[in-house]
Amino acid sequence: MYGLLWRLLPGPWPVKVLLSLILVVGVVAVCFLWLFPVISTYMPFNSNSVQSGLPFPGSATFAT
Amino acid sequence: MKALRGLVHTLGEVFITLGLLLLLFVVWQLWWTDVVANSEQAGTVQALERGFGPANLAERGAADPPVPLATLTKIPFGEAFAIARIPRFGADYARPVLQGTDHDTLTKGIAHYQSTAFPGQVGNFAVAGHRTTYGKPFSNIDLLRKGDVIVVETKASYIVYAVDRHVIVTPDHVDVIAPVPQQPGVQPKQAWMTMTACHPRFSASQRYVVFAKLVRRIPRASGLPASLMAVPAGTVG
Repeated sequence: MYGLLWRLLPGPWPVKVLLSLILVVGVVAVCFLWLFPVISTYMPFNSNSVQSGLPFPGSATFAT
Repeated sequence: MKALRGLVHTLGEVFITLGLLLLLFVVWQLWWTDVVANSEQAGTVQALERGFGPANLAERGAADPPVPLATLTKIPFGEAFAIARIPRFGADYARPVLQGTDHDTLTKGIAHYQSTAFPGQVGNFAVAGHRTTYGKPFSNIDLLRKGDVIVVETKASYIVYAVDRHVIVTPDHVDVIAPVPQQPGVQPKQAWMTMTACHPRFSASQRYVVFAKLVRRIPRASGLPASLMAVPAGTVG
């Protein structure tokens, strides 16, 4: 997988290293700015657990 | 055989990549959310302070009428409406209080349980905050001691609560945010404040809950006495 990627990158090896670094930064950015915020809402430790049949409507959430 | 080797090789790389992504998620959750939330919440506090205007008698005029409760109860979901200052958490501690307690508002500051009372009102002004991650406004909630001061700053006044007691409960104990804490159905006669946060740290299995009682209401025009904001001994800052 990474071997194929390395072969696909154009130019001599310093250019390949630079391009790889840019790709890594891009992946981290996509994760930090988009992917992780989305999946964090499904994480159990972030859940603001909702209870049913509460005496106070809209009060069913607690924070971690 | 060669094809199988290639498959195992690629599979190995996929697993290593997934492992690295999981580590990256931990870094994001434990570090990056604090970085983002701390700067965002500081910005919200500054915007609120500008919106509230100077707490100076000469500039504001003593005749400023207090904001009627009716306008407070119309605060839209997700809007910041107050600043919480807690000397025990440090002299500079100031966090915005937002309306509603969903995932989003909890990442932006201290979240007000929508159906509960507003600051200073008879009943229970109940708020939730993160113990860890997202700026962790209630990180040190376990350091609060009886008598510790919590100042809730609104456009009209500084509402001063003093810590009464704490409990540790399971997350289904919604009676902690009843108008009289832990006594659902009882008609409130005084103004309470409830703070809820996760317990133990990094877990969502229990809640650390602090109850405070209203002790003073200082008009914004009079300013906040410095003595009130003195940081108690034994504070981690």
